[in-house]
Amino acid sequence: MAKLKSTLPNMLLSLTVICISAGAILSGVSMYTSGPIAAAKAATLQRAISQVTPEFDNNPTAEAYKSVTSDGDSLLIYPAKKGDETVGVAVESNTKNGFSGEIKIIVGFAPDGTLINYSVLEHAETPGLGSKMEEWFRTEKNRQNVIGRSLADGNLSVSKDGGDVDAITASTITSRAFLDAVNRAYSAYKGTDAHTGATGSY
Amino acid sequence: MSNIKILVNGIIKENPVFVLLLGMCPTLGTTSSAINGMGMGLATAFVLICSNMAISSIKSLIPDQVRIPAYIVVIATFVTVVQMCMEAFIPSLYASLGLFIPLIVVNCIVLGRAEAFAAKNKIFPSAADGLGIGLGFTLALTLLGAARELFGTGKLFGLTLFPEEFGSLIFVLAPGAFIALGYLIAIVDKLRKA
Amino acid sequence: MEYILIFIAAVFVNNIVLAQFLGICPFLGVSKKVDTALGMSAAVTFVLTIATIVTFLIQKYILDSFGLGFMQTISFILVIAALVQMVEIVLKKVSPSLYQALGVFLPLITTNCCILGVAILVIQKEYNLLETIVYSVSTAIGFALALIIFAGIREQLSMTKVPESMKGTPIALITAGLLAMAFMGFSGIV
Repeated sequence: MAKLKSTLPNMLLSLTVICISAGAILSGVSMYTSGPIAAAKAATLQRAISQVTPEFDNNPTAEAYKSVTSDGDSLLIYPAKKGDETVGVAVESNTKNGFSGEIKIIVGFAPDGTLINYSVLEHAETPGLGSKMEEWFRTEKNRQNVIGRSLADGNLSVSKDGGDVDAITASTITSRAFLDAVNRAYSAYKGTDAHTGATGSY
Repeated sequence: MSNIKILVNGIIKENPVFVLLLGMCPTLGTTSSAINGMGMGLATAFVLICSNMAISSIKSLIPDQVRIPAYIVVIATFVTVVQMCMEAFIPSLYASLGLFIPLIVVNCIVLGRAEAFAAKNKIFPSAADGLGIGLGFTLALTLLGAARELFGTGKLFGLTLFPEEFGSLIFVLAPGAFIALGYLIAIVDKLRKA
Repeated sequence: MEYILIFIAAVFVNNIVLAQFLGICPFLGVSKKVDTALGMSAAVTFVLTIATIVTFLIQKYILDSFGLGFMQTISFILVIAALVQMVEIVLKKVSPSLYQALGVFLPLITTNCCILGVAILVIQKEYNLLETIVYSVSTAIGFALALIIFAGIREQLSMTKVPESMKGTPIALITAGLLAMAFMGFSGIV
């Protein structure tokens, strides 16, 4: 087939046809993949929730609600229920106090304020140092472990700031930020002023 | 030139990273581990094969003056297809490659092959060229990712070979990417001349 | 205050070239002389700022409102390519002297991934228009800073003795690695 000449109608026609077919292909693929993408996201969230809460039989994502923290931000709370009784909540929390960028975590609390479990969803901390937080705060060693502690007794803070949690070696800032996210989660869950001065005072 | 020869040519003699020094951004940005490097390489290879085939089959319908925008649209279409499929079916890899998936569009390798090869050849040689260059790119990225992962964390494809304490963290961080690639290119250059 | 933070983060902490690996091709390609590095930086600053603002508006007012999110990559790259062409034509007419200085770099910019990268990043970070402008200008300054420092070092490097296999790109990459290491010193200040 002879090559099309570079005349204006030819150029316009050929570009338009290419753009329209590109749009058609993409909208088809987009329709086909939007289901699996949503499902994959929901599955990740569902896994994170069930990791940090006791066994439940409701659908926490459907019953999620927003709650305001003491510093005016609002966080998503996923209640986990067994029968009619709330057995715990998962709170999607974040902090901007990290060493580099935002840290997003999900924290589970029992109704009495005991920290059941946590999972780090997203962070940009230094690999190998700050990124140890997923393991560090659940390791039973000295005063590292935060699981099983109750935030009803007050906020968690690292030992350097007069608290009773050991910070990750060489990553105090990350540790502070992590605990800040945990405290914020609790304050959103309680909707009270339990979260005092966590953003400015240290 | 037979298709096999075209294929091998892309992997070794015209390796896009080590020899042609193209596509440096994803090479440095996505190789913090071997598996990430490989994922990025394969995604690019897929786009290369598809865009090469598509462009070679419609080349006579594209007037010369608008060929570059036309090629870009074709490439961007396949990139978006890869992006959506990856997000749907391998979300963890998508999360770690992030921004570099849409940036395949501006990878000089893809547009370069479209212009230099697919625009002048038939469908099958173009596919072979895309496959060869794509595999060469994958090979380079996997190699660099493996080197950085091994020296940085003592692991290879997630398997621990020696304790993490003996690794040098700098290889996983940004400076290590530049330094490791610099040495790899020097070594490949030495081997090629030897 | 927030804008100062965005500025410092984009120029030093998350430097587009040395920490995010975008725009490596011009970084390695036109960094042999300080003069060309200056020209390239000016051209990138110019195009990056305009392109990011335009793509931001397209995303907000066209793609989002019609649910065409899947056309993002295609429309952004086409807009950038068209914009570069337009800048070239306008510059040729309006300011021939500026065109003389930047002209040769303009066609290279379409495939500079930091333009498309920044355009997509500001959407992902959910910035508003003002933050977008601050971010794109600071990113461009960060690019210019890295490129000019690097060109300065390479001018010196060309006079030193380097092992045969390390000449050219390998030693340039290793130098860039050391530069990136220096920039890592900024991490944690924001």
